[in-house]
Amino acid sequence: MLNYTIRRLMFTVPVLLFISFIIFLLLDLAPNDPTGNLPMTIPPEVRQQIRESLGLDQPIWVRYLLWCKQFFINEPLNIIEQWFGIQIGDGDRLRVRSWATRSPVVDLIVERMPQTLWVVGMSYVVGIIIAIPIGVISAYRQYSWFDQAGTFISMVGFSVPTFFTGVLMIVVFSVWLGWFPSIYDTTLVVEDWSSFVQQVRQMAMPVFVLALFNAAQISRFMRASMLDNLNQDYVRTARAKGLKEKTVLLVHVLRNSLIPVVTVIALNVPQVFGGAIITEQVFKVNGLGQLLIIGIQGADIPLVQTLTFIFAVLIVLFNLIADILYGILDPRIRYD
Amino acid sequence: MTDATLAQAGRNRAGRSQWADVWDQFKTHRGALLGMGFFIFVSLLVIFGPWLWDIPPNYIDIRAKNQGPSLAHPMGTDQLGRDTFAQVLAGGRVSLLVGVTAMALSLVLGTLVGVLAGYFKRLDGPLMRLTDLFLALPLLPLLLVIIMLFRDTLRAAFGPETGIFILIVFVIGITSWMQTARIVRGDVLSLKEQEFVLAARSIGTPSHRMILRHILPNVLSPIMVSATLGIANAIITESALSFLGLGFPSDFPTWGRLLFDSTNFMTLNPERVIWPGLAISLTVLSVNYIGDGLRDALDPRIRGR
Amino acid sequence: MKYRSILMAAALAMAAAPAAQAGRGDAGNLNIIYWQAASILNPYLSGGTKDIDASALILEPLARYDENGNMVPWLVEEIPTVANGGVSEDLTTITWKIKPGIKWSDGTELTADDVVFTANYCMAPDGGCQGLAAFADVAKVEALDPLTVKITFDKPKPFPYGPFVGATTPIIQRAQFENCVGARAPECTEQNFNPIGTGPFRVVEFRANDVITMEANPNFRDPDKPHFATLTFKGGGDAAAAARAVLETGEFDYAWNLQIDPAILSQMAQGGKGTVISAFGTAVERLMVNLTNPDPALGEKRSTLEGGPHPFLTDPAVRRALSLAIDRNLLAEVGYGAAGQATCNVVPAPAIYVSTANDECLVQDIAKANAILDEAGWMPGPDGIRQKDGVRLSILYQTSTNAVRQDTQALIKQWWSEIGVETELKNIDAAVFFGGDQSSPDTFQKFYADIEMYTNLFDGTDPETYMKSWTCEEIPSPANNWLGSNMPRYCNPEYDALWAKLAATGPLEERAEIVKQLNDMLMQDGAMIPLIHRGRVSAHANSLTGIKLNTWDSEMWNVADWDRQ
Repeated sequence: MLNYTIRRLMFTVPVLLFISFIIFLLLDLAPNDPTGNLPMTIPPEVRQQIRESLGLDQPIWVRYLLWCKQFFINEPLNIIEQWFGIQIGDGDRLRVRSWATRSPVVDLIVERMPQTLWVVGMSYVVGIIIAIPIGVISAYRQYSWFDQAGTFISMVGFSVPTFFTGVLMIVVFSVWLGWFPSIYDTTLVVEDWSSFVQQVRQMAMPVFVLALFNAAQISRFMRASMLDNLNQDYVRTARAKGLKEKTVLLVHVLRNSLIPVVTVIALNVPQVFGGAIITEQVFKVNGLGQLLIIGIQGADIPLVQTLTFIFAVLIVLFNLIADILYGILDPRIRYD
Repeated sequence: MTDATLAQAGRNRAGRSQWADVWDQFKTHRGALLGMGFFIFVSLLVIFGPWLWDIPPNYIDIRAKNQGPSLAHPMGTDQLGRDTFAQVLAGGRVSLLVGVTAMALSLVLGTLVGVLAGYFKRLDGPLMRLTDLFLALPLLPLLLVIIMLFRDTLRAAFGPETGIFILIVFVIGITSWMQTARIVRGDVLSLKEQEFVLAARSIGTPSHRMILRHILPNVLSPIMVSATLGIANAIITESALSFLGLGFPSDFPTWGRLLFDSTNFMTLNPERVIWPGLAISLTVLSVNYIGDGLRDALDPRIRGR
Repeated sequence: MKYRSILMAAALAMAAAPAAQAGRGDAGNLNIIYWQAASILNPYLSGGTKDIDASALILEPLARYDENGNMVPWLVEEIPTVANGGVSEDLTTITWKIKPGIKWSDGTELTADDVVFTANYCMAPDGGCQGLAAFADVAKVEALDPLTVKITFDKPKPFPYGPFVGATTPIIQRAQFENCVGARAPECTEQNFNPIGTGPFRVVEFRANDVITMEANPNFRDPDKPHFATLTFKGGGDAAAAARAVLETGEFDYAWNLQIDPAILSQMAQGGKGTVISAFGTAVERLMVNLTNPDPALGEKRSTLEGGPHPFLTDPAVRRALSLAIDRNLLAEVGYGAAGQATCNVVPAPAIYVSTANDECLVQDIAKANAILDEAGWMPGPDGIRQKDGVRLSILYQTSTNAVRQDTQALIKQWWSEIGVETELKNIDAAVFFGGDQSSPDTFQKFYADIEMYTNLFDGTDPETYMKSWTCEEIPSPANNWLGSNMPRYCNPEYDALWAKLAATGPLEERAEIVKQLNDMLMQDGAMIPLIHRGRVSAHANSLTGIKLNTWDSEMWNVADWDRQ
């Protein structure tokens, strides 16, 4: 297993480089333009000068290599300098800069991490915590009223998009009842009880909307996988051995049913970092998802390239973790 | 389940084809029957409904804007006075067709990649890295590039509507197969090491028969779940595409679009939101039950029960 | 305990006392929501109106336009004119005299050097300065003394109020931006995020594309202002959400650019928490008519003069019929509410420039439109679509993606179907449509369609540069990389000559007369079909006072006067 992991990790480097190049190519090919959102009063010649000042007149390979240098050499050096308080070279390095804000992309990402991790991360945690028991019980008591209700709610939860549920929540809980704020305050610092309560209040709606969506998906896979395993011979054997039903269910069946669930969760964890574009927009959370969508709309290539690449690293990494987890959950799986 | 009932079931089955058995089992699943009934009903409604309800979906009657339900407009009207019922009917055609075809495409792609990667060790690395690449690609710029490269060509080749339909199905299909592929692969990896597979292999079953006979039936349940989720996903994604200029023209209603457009009218005109939302949810629900029934019916261990 | 609380109360009273006397900061916090978040506070490097408005809270120009479009001196003693000697007789120089005693928020004095620096900053090569158009024809900017700035132009400028007037060209501090000129401009994150200004507020914390926290500028010239001690400038979401936050939940005090369905907006306003306000500037939503042939079969020559004239849109009868079939008042009512008025002119304001020669189009007349087409020989074919000599009246009508625009498209399509014209609708993502990417076929410059719809406007009150948009040399084509603003590909030597006359004419009345003629030429030659004179719509909390919605300048222009009841 260790061998496999090391081999995969080594192979990851060229794969990621290739992915980064494909992403760059794609962004360059995309027909949107950084001057597209400027006011109409700015004449075409000035737009052309703005494009040139952004370096858009350079050939694509020059811009790609520049990004590689900035991202793989300059940014890590910068982080090392900040962490250890030392100076390497003259310290005057070009960092990856967003075209819209003209500020280093990495700083923007760091600034937005907290709200995204809080809201999106929390919604996944809540979603998983709800989904696994629902999936298990639904499968165990297949076609009971609990299963039917769970199916109905999760199907509605998945098929009604968040742009709709989000606005519905705001209309009901912010406008009519006035319980929760409709606008997320990213500057809020949790330092005492009252600010904690405020943080919980402003997180309640986005977390609920996202958690419903995630729980719906995960619980369906959980239920299906449990159903597959409940009728297997080993379950009958375990019962025949006189094991307690709880042990049979939670130790034998659950463990064997987790493979698809692990896959789904591993696919989704990078999404936490990617943020939740629509939910963040609806509740004005302004996390990484909103940063990405603004970047894409404004054709902010350095920003989108960097965010997407970090996202790609996480995807590759978590898929590796999922593969290792398969081996732990089912020791028969071997990769050598 | 006792051996006696198994034997009983075995006797009843004697001399019948496998598919008849599957249908028999499917029939006993009340949810599946209901779901199938509803799905057929909705399909017939959207296919033949526009002939029975003859208000054109994009006919504007501005004096009748933002109306609630009435005899003339059973689901009310929108902000331009278009009849919501006619729009839901017309929108259903597109949404169902796009939902089912795009889902099917993504399932076939995902299952193929997943089974191949899980079963053949040599293919695992390349196929999974390809999956990683597709997962990592930023969706919106990808869509913009696809529109730029293919929209006009397809439009010229197949006409505006068919061309765009092909494009939409293709786009949704190739951007949503990755999850199915990873899930199927995970299951296949585990299945491959189970006793019955080893047994089958030891008697020299060739790979293609192994996959079709032993592997595929056993990964059916995650595939069914993916299908259900995939249909919902395709219907919603279609509505997002039209905002990029990739979808159908703006006066061409679809369920996803109707839901999106009416979101802001939620307090002014709640009927407008409820119907498209309900249509999507119930369709997805019915597909889910059909999937449940099909899965039960195809599982020989359950079928006898 | 008691002793301490008395002491506290006394301390609080003392702290409050100067505020109560002076008025600065006594209204607490002001919450503003812009559904597009500000990404930078340097308007010379900005991404749009949102950034310009946010920076207008901090940075100020020498003169502004008030809510009626009149120029008002802001950081200067008076507006220079030929009459008061501020503008030279030959119209080539303008001299501004800065009011003495104006301080930057760091306490230093504003001098003429800062103004000169600002001009050089923007005009520096490789800087990608956005306000460059305002500095067109500027030869040099020099400081005559610490409070006097003289701008010299290359040629006579009848309207010399381009630089340093209005929100797009405010003064930045030389000391702060000295090392940020030219190619180095984008690297100065600290300066671009926290500019030092002379305006009523200064930045406490700037979070790009999210929220800006500001506080009152302690060195602001008016000791009683601003009335608000702190200000939150939040961004994100969409227009409906911003309207909801002001009108329904009352979480915010001011929301910008609420272009949403008027029915929804008025329902929200009934909540009684806030007021919707609107005002009109120069923006006109119009249909651009492609006078060249956009047939894909032409390949490279598509939509260019070389590709030849349009098969039917060059026929004046068709254009007139298309225009007459549209009910502009209904479009305004359905899509814009209080923020839209029917118009038949491309220059809808200021009042002296507005022509009345084209008002035929204000009233929809389908019957007359049909009659015009009949008369011109366009007869309905078997499918009900009019045709002549094998040419069918079939139109591809494109615009950017936007709920109101799609409604307008749907309505117009129906009206045109009533006069036997077939319409295919197409909508394109705004970043692509307005992006001007050379490789994309969907940009508004390439205009690979028969009709396209968008809004255009001019800054300030002078339409000279705006009218230049429809001269022959402005036609986008592969030769100039599709850079140009003459979308209809309108080319008329008489128009070009008349425009040249405008650029050389001084007196306002004569200029107004020429602009009217130019406008009428464009209308009568059918280069475009104006639809709606669009205003700005914003909303403010009922408790907020002093707001004067200004379309000629930034909406935040008089934020120092805003107060809470």
